[in-house]
Amino acid sequence: MRRLANWAAPLALIVLLLGGWEFACRVLGVPEYFLPGPRAIGLALAADWSSLLVSAWNTLAMALIALAVASVLGQATALVVALSPILERAVRPLAVVLQVTPVVAIAPLVLIWAGLDHPGRAIVALAAVVAFFPIFSGAVTGLKAADPDLERLFDLYGATRVQRLLRLRLPSAVPFLLEGHKVAAGLAVIGAVVAEFVAGSGGAQGLAWRILEAGNRLQTAKMFAALVVLGVMGAVLHALLEAAERTGLRWWRGR
Amino acid sequence: MIAALRDVGVDYPRGPALGPFSLAVGEGEIVALVGPSGCGKSTAMRLLAGLEAPTRGQVVRAPGRGETAVVFQAPTLAPWLTARANAALPLELAGTSRAEAARRADLALARVGLAGTEGARPAQLSGGMAMRVSLARALTTEPKLLLLDEPFAALDEITRRALADDVLRLWADTRPAIVFVTHNVEEAVYMASRVVVMTRGPGRTAGEVAVDGPLPRPPGFRTTEGFRACVETVSQALAQGMSQGLAA
Repeated sequence: MRRLANWAAPLALIVLLLGGWEFACRVLGVPEYFLPGPRAIGLALAADWSSLLVSAWNTLAMALIALAVASVLGQATALVVALSPILERAVRPLAVVLQVTPVVAIAPLVLIWAGLDHPGRAIVALAAVVAFFPIFSGAVTGLKAADPDLERLFDLYGATRVQRLLRLRLPSAVPFLLEGHKVAAGLAVIGAVVAEFVAGSGGAQGLAWRILEAGNRLQTAKMFAALVVLGVMGAVLHALLEAAERTGLRWWRGR
Repeated sequence: MIAALRDVGVDYPRGPALGPFSLAVGEGEIVALVGPSGCGKSTAMRLLAGLEAPTRGQVVRAPGRGETAVVFQAPTLAPWLTARANAALPLELAGTSRAEAARRADLALARVGLAGTEGARPAQLSGGMAMRVSLARALTTEPKLLLLDEPFAALDEITRRALADDVLRLWADTRPAIVFVTHNVEEAVYMASRVVVMTRGPGRTAGEVAVDGPLPRPPGFRTTEGFRACVETVSQALAQGMSQGLAA
Protein backbone atom coordinates (compact mmCIF):
# COMPACT_ATOMS: atom_id res chain seq x y z
CA MET A 1 0.00 0.00 0.00
CA ARG A 2 2.78 2.35 0.98
CA ARG A 3 4.78 1.40 -2.10
CA LEU A 4 1.79 2.13 -4.25
CA ALA A 5 1.40 5.55 -2.64
CA ASN A 6 5.11 6.25 -3.22
CA TRP A 7 4.67 5.53 -6.91
CA ALA A 8 1.31 7.21 -7.28
CA ALA A 9 2.15 10.49 -5.53
CA PRO A 10 4.56 11.94 -8.15
CA LEU A 11 2.36 10.64 -11.01
CA ALA A 12 -0.71 12.26 -9.48
CA LEU A 13 1.12 15.57 -9.15
CA ILE A 14 2.28 15.43 -12.78
CA VAL A 15 -1.25 14.64 -14.01
CA LEU A 16 -2.64 17.44 -11.85
CA LEU A 17 -0.13 20.00 -13.15
CA LEU A 18 -0.59 18.96 -16.79
CA GLY A 19 -4.36 19.12 -16.36
CA GLY A 20 -4.11 22.60 -14.85
CA TRP A 21 -1.82 23.70 -17.68
CA GLU A 22 -4.14 22.41 -20.42
CA PHE A 23 -7.17 23.91 -18.70
CA ALA A 24 -5.51 27.31 -18.25
CA CYS A 25 -4.32 27.41 -21.88
CA ARG A 26 -7.83 26.74 -23.14
CA VAL A 27 -9.69 29.04 -20.78
CA LEU A 28 -7.27 31.95 -21.23
CA GLY A 29 -6.95 31.36 -24.96
CA VAL A 30 -3.15 31.41 -24.95
CA PRO A 31 -1.88 31.26 -28.57
CA GLU A 32 -0.08 28.01 -29.40
CA TYR A 33 3.13 29.71 -30.60
CA PHE A 34 3.45 31.34 -27.15
CA LEU A 35 2.61 28.41 -24.87
CA PRO A 36 1.17 25.19 -26.30
CA GLY A 37 -0.84 22.95 -23.99
CA PRO A 38 0.26 19.42 -23.08
CA ARG A 39 -2.08 18.00 -25.73
CA ALA A 40 -0.40 19.96 -28.53
CA ILE A 41 3.03 18.96 -27.21
CA GLY A 42 1.93 15.33 -27.09
CA LEU A 43 0.77 15.54 -30.71
CA ALA A 44 4.08 17.12 -31.78
CA LEU A 45 5.92 14.39 -29.90
CA ALA A 46 3.88 11.69 -31.64
CA ALA A 47 4.39 13.26 -35.06
CA ASP A 48 8.16 13.73 -34.73
CA TRP A 49 8.81 10.64 -32.67
CA SER A 50 11.37 8.93 -34.88
CA SER A 51 13.42 11.98 -35.86
CA LEU A 52 13.52 13.14 -32.24
CA LEU A 53 14.86 9.74 -31.19
CA VAL A 54 17.59 9.97 -33.85
CA SER A 55 18.50 13.43 -32.56
CA ALA A 56 18.52 12.19 -28.98
CA TRP A 57 20.83 9.37 -29.97
CA ASN A 58 23.14 11.88 -31.72
CA THR A 59 23.38 13.98 -28.57
CA LEU A 60 23.79 10.95 -26.34
CA ALA A 61 26.49 9.47 -28.56
CA MET A 62 28.46 12.73 -28.46
CA ALA A 63 28.12 12.83 -24.66
CA LEU A 64 29.22 9.21 -24.27
CA ILE A 65 32.27 9.66 -26.52
CA ALA A 66 33.11 12.78 -24.53
CA LEU A 67 32.69 10.82 -21.29
CA ALA A 68 35.10 8.16 -22.53
CA VAL A 69 37.66 10.81 -23.54
CA ALA A 70 37.28 12.63 -20.21
CA SER A 71 37.53 9.34 -18.32
CA VAL A 72 40.83 8.40 -19.95
CA LEU A 73 42.33 11.90 -19.66
CA GLY A 74 41.02 12.57 -16.16
CA GLN A 75 42.26 9.31 -14.69
CA ALA A 76 45.59 9.44 -16.49
CA THR A 77 46.22 13.00 -15.28
CA ALA A 78 45.18 12.03 -11.74
CA LEU A 79 47.55 9.06 -11.77
CA VAL A 80 50.49 11.20 -12.86
CA VAL A 81 49.57 13.87 -10.33
CA ALA A 82 49.18 11.30 -7.53
CA LEU A 83 52.79 10.25 -7.94
CA SER A 84 54.12 13.71 -7.20
CA PRO A 85 52.72 16.36 -4.81
CA ILE A 86 54.63 19.07 -6.72
CA LEU A 87 52.89 18.10 -9.96
CA GLU A 88 49.56 18.21 -8.18
CA ARG A 89 50.25 21.75 -7.02
CA ALA A 90 51.14 22.64 -10.59
CA VAL A 91 48.07 21.05 -12.19
CA ARG A 92 45.36 21.93 -9.64
CA PRO A 93 44.92 25.64 -10.50
CA LEU A 94 44.78 24.85 -14.23
CA ALA A 95 42.15 22.18 -13.65
CA VAL A 96 40.12 24.59 -11.54
CA VAL A 97 40.32 27.33 -14.20
CA LEU A 98 39.17 24.79 -16.77
CA GLN A 99 36.26 23.89 -14.53
CA VAL A 100 35.05 27.37 -13.63
CA THR A 101 35.23 28.76 -17.17
CA PRO A 102 31.72 28.45 -18.67
CA VAL A 103 31.69 26.05 -21.59
CA VAL A 104 29.65 28.57 -23.62
CA ALA A 105 32.56 31.00 -23.42
CA ILE A 106 35.16 28.67 -24.89
CA ALA A 107 32.84 27.01 -27.38
CA PRO A 108 33.41 29.52 -30.26
CA LEU A 109 37.18 29.01 -29.94
CA VAL A 110 36.91 25.24 -29.98
CA LEU A 111 34.58 25.47 -33.00
CA ILE A 112 37.26 27.41 -34.90
CA TRP A 113 39.95 24.89 -33.95
CA ALA A 114 37.81 21.87 -34.78
CA GLY A 115 36.99 23.44 -38.17
CA LEU A 116 33.54 24.65 -39.09
CA ASP A 117 32.99 21.47 -41.10
CA HIS A 118 33.40 19.29 -38.01
CA PRO A 119 31.03 20.60 -35.33
CA GLY A 120 30.85 17.02 -33.97
CA ARG A 121 34.49 17.16 -32.93
CA ALA A 122 33.97 20.48 -31.22
CA ILE A 123 30.93 19.19 -29.35
CA VAL A 124 32.81 16.11 -28.12
CA ALA A 125 35.75 18.27 -27.06
CA LEU A 126 33.55 20.72 -25.16
CA ALA A 127 31.53 18.01 -23.42
CA ALA A 128 34.80 16.30 -22.51
CA VAL A 129 36.10 19.53 -20.95
CA VAL A 130 33.01 19.70 -18.75
CA ALA A 131 33.16 16.01 -17.82
CA PHE A 132 36.90 16.08 -17.09
CA PHE A 133 36.85 17.81 -13.72
CA PRO A 134 34.61 15.51 -11.65
CA ILE A 135 36.55 12.48 -12.85
CA PHE A 136 39.94 14.09 -12.27
CA SER A 137 38.92 15.50 -8.91
CA GLY A 138 37.36 12.22 -7.76
CA ALA A 139 40.41 10.26 -8.84
CA VAL A 140 42.85 12.60 -7.08
CA THR A 141 40.78 12.49 -3.88
CA GLY A 142 40.31 8.73 -4.17
CA LEU A 143 43.99 8.04 -4.71
CA LYS A 144 44.68 9.82 -1.42
CA ALA A 145 41.76 8.28 0.46
CA ALA A 146 43.43 5.02 1.48
CA ASP A 147 43.14 4.09 5.17
CA PRO A 148 46.24 5.64 6.85
CA ASP A 149 46.74 2.46 8.91
CA LEU A 150 46.76 0.41 5.70
CA GLU A 151 49.36 2.86 4.35
CA ARG A 152 51.42 2.19 7.49
CA LEU A 153 51.09 -1.52 6.89
CA PHE A 154 52.46 -1.05 3.38
CA ASP A 155 55.35 0.96 4.91
CA LEU A 156 55.95 -1.81 7.41
CA TYR A 157 56.25 -4.49 4.75
CA GLY A 158 58.44 -2.31 2.56
CA ALA A 159 56.00 -2.02 -0.36
CA THR A 160 57.32 -0.40 -3.54
CA ARG A 161 55.66 2.66 -5.08
CA VAL A 162 54.10 0.54 -7.80
CA GLN A 163 52.77 -2.00 -5.30
CA ARG A 164 51.32 0.80 -3.22
CA LEU A 165 49.63 2.32 -6.26
CA LEU A 166 48.22 -0.90 -7.71
CA ARG A 167 47.32 -2.71 -4.51
CA LEU A 168 46.27 0.12 -2.21
CA ARG A 169 45.66 3.52 -3.83
CA LEU A 170 43.82 2.42 -6.99
CA PRO A 171 41.46 -0.03 -5.27
CA SER A 172 40.80 2.53 -2.51
CA ALA A 173 39.86 5.07 -5.19
CA VAL A 174 37.14 2.91 -6.77
CA PRO A 175 34.13 4.43 -4.89
CA PHE A 176 35.38 7.94 -5.76
CA LEU A 177 35.85 6.97 -9.41
CA LEU A 178 32.31 5.58 -9.59
CA GLU A 179 30.88 8.78 -8.10
CA GLY A 180 33.05 10.93 -10.40
CA HIS A 181 31.86 9.10 -13.51
CA LYS A 182 28.24 9.37 -12.43
CA VAL A 183 28.48 13.14 -12.05
CA ALA A 184 30.58 13.47 -15.21
CA ALA A 185 28.06 11.59 -17.36
CA GLY A 186 25.32 14.03 -16.40
CA LEU A 187 27.60 16.97 -17.08
CA ALA A 188 28.69 15.51 -20.43
CA VAL A 189 25.07 15.58 -21.66
CA ILE A 190 24.69 19.18 -20.50
CA GLY A 191 28.03 20.04 -22.13
CA ALA A 192 27.01 18.40 -25.39
CA VAL A 193 23.68 20.25 -25.50
CA VAL A 194 25.30 23.62 -24.73
CA ALA A 195 27.97 23.01 -27.37
CA GLU A 196 25.29 22.10 -29.92
CA PHE A 197 23.54 25.39 -29.21
CA VAL A 198 26.73 27.32 -29.87
CA ALA A 199 27.61 25.28 -32.94
CA GLY A 200 24.08 26.02 -34.08
CA SER A 201 24.53 24.60 -37.58
CA GLY A 202 22.93 21.60 -39.21
CA GLY A 203 26.21 19.71 -39.20
CA ALA A 204 25.43 18.04 -35.90
CA GLN A 205 21.74 17.29 -35.59
CA GLY A 206 21.29 16.71 -31.89
CA LEU A 207 18.39 17.65 -29.64
CA ALA A 208 19.65 21.22 -29.16
CA TRP A 209 19.58 21.70 -32.91
CA ARG A 210 15.95 20.46 -32.95
CA ILE A 211 15.06 23.07 -30.32
CA LEU A 212 16.86 25.84 -32.25
CA GLU A 213 15.28 24.83 -35.55
CA ALA A 214 11.76 24.62 -34.13
CA GLY A 215 12.32 27.93 -32.31
CA ASN A 216 13.35 29.68 -35.50
CA ARG A 217 10.12 28.53 -37.09
CA LEU A 218 8.07 29.44 -34.03
CA GLN A 219 6.97 25.80 -33.70
CA THR A 220 6.81 26.04 -29.95
CA ALA A 221 5.14 22.65 -29.44
CA LYS A 222 8.09 20.99 -31.25
CA MET A 223 10.50 22.84 -28.96
CA PHE A 224 8.68 21.40 -25.97
CA ALA A 225 8.66 17.94 -27.54
CA ALA A 226 12.45 18.06 -27.90
CA LEU A 227 12.72 19.30 -24.31
CA VAL A 228 10.59 16.40 -23.08
CA VAL A 229 12.84 13.91 -24.89
CA LEU A 230 15.91 15.64 -23.43
CA GLY A 231 14.44 15.49 -19.92
CA VAL A 232 13.46 11.83 -20.21
CA MET A 233 16.89 10.97 -21.63
CA GLY A 234 18.59 12.76 -18.72
CA ALA A 235 16.40 11.01 -16.14
CA VAL A 236 16.97 7.56 -17.67
CA LEU A 237 20.72 8.16 -17.89
CA HIS A 238 20.78 9.28 -14.25
CA ALA A 239 18.83 6.20 -13.12
CA LEU A 240 21.16 3.89 -15.08
CA LEU A 241 24.24 5.51 -13.60
CA GLU A 242 22.83 5.32 -10.07
CA ALA A 243 22.23 1.62 -10.61
CA ALA A 244 25.73 1.18 -12.07
CA GLU A 245 27.26 2.95 -9.08
CA ARG A 246 25.31 0.81 -6.62
CA THR A 247 26.32 -2.37 -8.43
CA GLY A 248 29.94 -1.25 -8.57
CA LEU A 249 30.00 -0.45 -4.86
CA ARG A 250 28.41 -3.78 -4.01
CA TRP A 251 31.10 -5.57 -6.01
CA TRP A 252 33.85 -3.50 -4.38
CA ARG A 253 32.59 -3.98 -0.84
CA GLY A 254 31.43 -7.54 -1.37
CA ARG A 255 28.01 -6.77 0.01
CA MET B 1 66.76 -8.13 23.09
CA ILE B 2 64.59 -7.67 20.04
CA ALA B 3 63.74 -3.96 20.14
CA ALA B 4 64.42 -1.06 22.48
CA LEU B 5 63.62 2.60 22.93
CA ARG B 6 66.43 4.51 24.66
CA ASP B 7 65.45 7.85 26.18
CA VAL B 8 63.32 8.63 23.15
CA GLY B 9 61.23 11.75 22.83
CA VAL B 10 58.77 12.61 20.09
CA ASP B 11 57.49 16.11 19.40
CA TYR B 12 54.56 16.75 17.10
CA PRO B 13 53.63 20.21 15.79
CA ARG B 14 50.95 20.40 18.52
CA GLY B 15 53.53 19.71 21.26
CA PRO B 16 55.57 16.95 22.88
CA ALA B 17 53.83 13.57 22.58
CA LEU B 18 56.21 11.16 24.27
CA GLY B 19 59.20 10.98 26.50
CA PRO B 20 61.75 10.80 27.68
CA PHE B 21 60.82 7.12 27.58
CA SER B 22 62.80 3.91 27.61
CA LEU B 23 61.64 0.35 26.99
CA ALA B 24 63.47 -2.85 26.15
CA VAL B 25 61.63 -5.87 24.75
CA GLY B 26 63.31 -9.26 25.08
CA GLU B 27 62.86 -12.19 22.70
CA GLY B 28 59.60 -14.04 23.26
CA GLU B 29 58.51 -11.61 25.94
CA ILE B 30 55.00 -10.15 26.26
CA VAL B 31 55.05 -6.55 27.45
CA ALA B 32 51.89 -4.54 28.03
CA LEU B 33 51.94 -0.75 27.77
CA VAL B 34 49.23 0.84 29.89
CA GLY B 35 48.49 4.52 30.09
CA PRO B 36 45.76 7.14 29.82
CA SER B 37 44.54 8.37 26.42
CA GLY B 38 47.03 10.64 24.69
CA CYS B 39 50.05 9.42 26.68
CA GLY B 40 51.93 8.44 23.53
CA LYS B 41 51.33 4.66 23.66
CA SER B 42 50.61 4.46 19.97
CA THR B 43 53.56 6.72 19.20
CA ALA B 44 55.84 4.36 21.15
CA MET B 45 54.36 1.55 19.09
CA ARG B 46 55.12 3.26 15.79
CA LEU B 47 58.71 3.86 16.97
CA LEU B 48 59.10 0.15 17.79
CA ALA B 49 57.67 -0.74 14.37
CA GLY B 50 60.15 1.58 12.68
CA LEU B 51 57.27 3.52 11.09
CA GLU B 52 58.36 6.78 12.67
CA ALA B 53 61.67 8.29 13.81
CA PRO B 54 62.05 9.82 17.29
CA THR B 55 62.82 13.51 17.73
CA ARG B 56 65.38 12.61 20.41
CA GLY B 57 66.94 9.40 21.64
CA GLN B 58 67.58 6.12 19.95
CA VAL B 59 65.50 3.23 18.61
CA VAL B 60 67.15 -0.17 18.34
CA ARG B 61 65.46 -2.85 16.23
CA ALA B 62 66.71 -6.36 15.57
CA PRO B 63 63.99 -7.67 13.21
CA GLY B 64 64.50 -7.22 9.49
CA ARG B 65 61.97 -6.35 6.81
CA GLY B 66 58.78 -8.35 7.19
CA GLU B 67 59.67 -9.61 10.66
CA THR B 68 57.61 -6.98 12.46
CA ALA B 69 53.83 -7.12 12.39
CA VAL B 70 51.28 -4.61 13.67
CA VAL B 71 47.65 -5.10 14.57
CA PHE B 72 45.76 -1.83 14.85
CA GLN B 73 42.76 -0.83 16.93
CA ALA B 74 40.47 -1.30 13.93
CA PRO B 75 40.83 -4.43 11.78
CA THR B 76 42.23 -2.23 8.95
CA LEU B 77 41.34 -4.74 6.25
CA ALA B 78 41.10 -3.87 2.57
CA PRO B 79 37.32 -4.04 1.89
CA TRP B 80 37.84 -5.07 -1.75
CA LEU B 81 39.88 -8.16 -0.82
CA THR B 82 38.68 -11.49 0.58
CA ALA B 83 39.85 -12.65 4.01
CA ARG B 84 42.41 -14.87 2.28
CA ALA B 85 43.75 -12.05 0.08
CA ASN B 86 43.93 -9.73 3.08
CA ALA B 87 45.91 -12.27 5.09
CA ALA B 88 48.16 -13.00 2.09
CA LEU B 89 48.94 -9.33 1.46
CA PRO B 90 52.18 -9.07 3.52
CA LEU B 91 53.59 -12.14 1.81
CA GLU B 92 52.66 -10.92 -1.67
CA LEU B 93 54.25 -7.54 -0.96
CA ALA B 94 57.43 -9.40 -0.01
CA GLY B 95 57.39 -11.20 -3.36
CA THR B 96 56.07 -14.61 -2.30
CA SER B 97 54.25 -16.34 -5.16
CA ARG B 98 50.49 -15.97 -5.25
CA ALA B 99 49.77 -19.67 -4.66
CA GLU B 100 52.23 -19.99 -1.78
CA ALA B 101 50.93 -16.77 -0.19
CA ALA B 102 47.34 -18.03 -0.45
CA ARG B 103 48.33 -21.37 1.08
CA ARG B 104 50.04 -19.74 4.05
CA ALA B 105 47.18 -17.26 4.43
CA ASP B 106 44.74 -20.18 4.68
CA LEU B 107 46.95 -21.76 7.35
CA ALA B 108 47.05 -18.50 9.31
CA LEU B 109 43.27 -18.12 9.02
CA ALA B 110 42.84 -21.68 10.31
CA ARG B 111 45.14 -20.87 13.25
CA VAL B 112 42.91 -17.97 14.31
CA GLY B 113 39.83 -20.18 13.99
CA LEU B 114 38.55 -18.85 10.67
CA ALA B 115 38.82 -21.96 8.49
CA GLY B 116 35.92 -21.84 6.06
CA THR B 117 35.67 -18.07 5.78
CA GLU B 118 38.64 -17.61 3.41
CA GLY B 119 36.42 -16.27 0.63
CA ALA B 120 34.42 -13.82 2.77
CA ARG B 121 34.79 -10.06 2.42
CA PRO B 122 35.45 -7.91 5.51
CA ALA B 123 31.95 -6.40 5.26
CA GLN B 124 30.49 -9.89 5.70
CA LEU B 125 32.43 -10.55 8.93
CA SER B 126 31.57 -9.60 12.50
CA GLY B 127 33.90 -7.22 14.38
CA GLY B 128 35.56 -10.09 16.21
CA MET B 129 36.04 -12.12 13.03
CA ALA B 130 37.50 -9.13 11.19
CA MET B 131 39.95 -8.67 14.06
CA ARG B 132 40.92 -12.33 13.72
CA VAL B 133 41.64 -11.82 10.01
CA SER B 134 43.81 -8.87 11.00
CA LEU B 135 45.62 -11.13 13.46
CA ALA B 136 46.04 -13.82 10.79
CA ARG B 137 47.53 -11.20 8.44
CA ALA B 138 50.05 -10.30 11.15
CA LEU B 139 50.92 -13.97 11.71
CA THR B 140 51.42 -15.05 8.05
CA THR B 141 54.95 -13.65 7.99
CA GLU B 142 55.82 -15.43 11.28
CA PRO B 143 57.02 -12.17 12.83
CA LYS B 144 59.66 -11.92 15.55
CA LEU B 145 58.02 -8.80 16.94
CA LEU B 146 54.25 -8.48 17.11
CA LEU B 147 52.84 -5.07 18.01
CA LEU B 148 49.22 -4.94 19.12
CA ASP B 149 47.82 -1.41 19.35
CA GLU B 150 44.63 -1.65 21.45
CA PRO B 151 43.46 -4.50 19.23
CA PHE B 152 40.36 -5.37 21.27
CA ALA B 153 39.22 -1.84 22.12
CA ALA B 154 36.25 -1.91 19.75
CA LEU B 155 35.00 -5.36 20.77
CA ASP B 156 32.54 -6.56 23.39
CA GLU B 157 33.79 -8.13 26.64
CA ILE B 158 33.09 -11.76 25.69
CA THR B 159 34.80 -11.44 22.33
CA ARG B 160 37.82 -9.66 23.78
CA ARG B 161 38.33 -12.32 26.46
CA ALA B 162 38.17 -15.08 23.86
CA LEU B 163 40.60 -13.21 21.63
CA ALA B 164 42.99 -12.58 24.55
CA ASP B 165 43.21 -16.32 25.18
CA ASP B 166 43.63 -16.95 21.45
CA VAL B 167 46.50 -14.47 21.18
CA LEU B 168 48.28 -16.16 24.10
CA ARG B 169 47.72 -19.61 22.58
CA LEU B 170 49.11 -18.41 19.24
CA TRP B 171 52.05 -16.80 21.02
CA ALA B 172 52.87 -20.17 22.62
CA ASP B 173 53.29 -21.72 19.12
CA THR B 174 56.05 -19.49 17.78
CA ARG B 175 56.85 -17.22 20.73
CA PRO B 176 57.26 -13.86 19.04
CA ALA B 177 57.97 -10.88 21.28
CA ILE B 178 54.65 -9.05 21.80
CA VAL B 179 54.10 -5.45 22.77
CA PHE B 180 50.49 -4.93 23.70
CA VAL B 181 49.07 -1.44 24.09
CA THR B 182 45.87 -1.04 26.09
CA HIS B 183 44.14 1.24 28.54
CA ASN B 184 42.46 -1.69 30.24
CA VAL B 185 44.43 -2.65 33.37
CA GLU B 186 42.95 -6.16 33.77
CA GLU B 187 43.62 -6.95 30.12
CA ALA B 188 47.23 -5.77 30.47
CA VAL B 189 47.85 -7.97 33.52
CA TYR B 190 46.13 -10.95 31.91
CA MET B 191 48.09 -10.73 28.65
CA ALA B 192 51.58 -9.75 29.72
CA SER B 193 54.46 -11.04 31.78
CA ARG B 194 55.48 -7.43 32.35
CA VAL B 195 53.28 -4.32 32.53
CA VAL B 196 54.81 -0.91 31.87
CA VAL B 197 52.66 1.94 33.18
CA MET B 198 52.92 5.33 31.49
CA THR B 199 52.15 8.82 32.81
CA ARG B 200 49.72 11.11 31.02
CA GLY B 201 51.18 12.73 27.88
CA PRO B 202 53.99 13.32 27.07
CA GLY B 203 54.29 9.79 28.47
CA ARG B 204 57.11 8.64 30.68
CA THR B 205 57.45 5.47 32.73
CA ALA B 206 55.29 5.68 35.84
CA GLY B 207 56.06 2.18 37.00
CA GLU B 208 56.72 -1.38 35.97
CA VAL B 209 55.04 -4.49 37.33
CA ALA B 210 56.10 -8.10 36.71
CA VAL B 211 53.18 -10.54 36.48
CA ASP B 212 53.81 -14.03 37.85
CA GLY B 213 51.97 -17.03 36.52
CA PRO B 214 51.98 -19.32 33.50
CA LEU B 215 51.36 -18.11 29.94
CA PRO B 216 48.91 -18.90 28.34
CA ARG B 217 46.78 -18.28 31.42
CA PRO B 218 45.07 -21.27 33.06
CA PRO B 219 41.27 -21.15 33.51
CA GLY B 220 40.18 -19.01 36.42
CA PHE B 221 43.40 -16.98 36.42
CA ARG B 222 41.41 -13.75 36.74
CA THR B 223 40.15 -14.84 40.18
CA THR B 224 43.54 -15.70 41.67
CA GLU B 225 45.07 -13.67 44.48
CA GLY B 226 48.19 -12.87 42.44
CA PHE B 227 46.17 -11.49 39.51
CA ARG B 228 44.04 -9.26 41.77
CA ALA B 229 47.14 -7.96 43.56
CA CYS B 230 48.88 -7.17 40.26
CA VAL B 231 45.81 -5.33 38.96
CA GLU B 232 45.76 -3.29 42.19
CA THR B 233 49.46 -2.38 41.89
CA VAL B 234 49.12 -1.37 38.24
CA SER B 235 46.03 0.70 39.00
CA GLN B 236 47.89 2.56 41.74
CA ALA B 237 50.86 3.23 39.44
CA LEU B 238 48.43 4.49 36.81
CA ALA B 239 46.74 6.85 39.30
CA GLN B 240 50.14 8.12 40.44
CA GLY B 241 51.21 8.60 36.82
CA MET B 242 48.12 10.70 36.20
CA SER B 243 48.88 13.09 39.07
CA GLN B 244 52.60 13.19 38.18
CA GLY B 245 51.63 14.17 34.69
CA LEU B 246 49.45 16.93 36.08
CA ALA B 247 52.26 18.30 38.26
CA ALA B 248 54.70 18.28 35.36
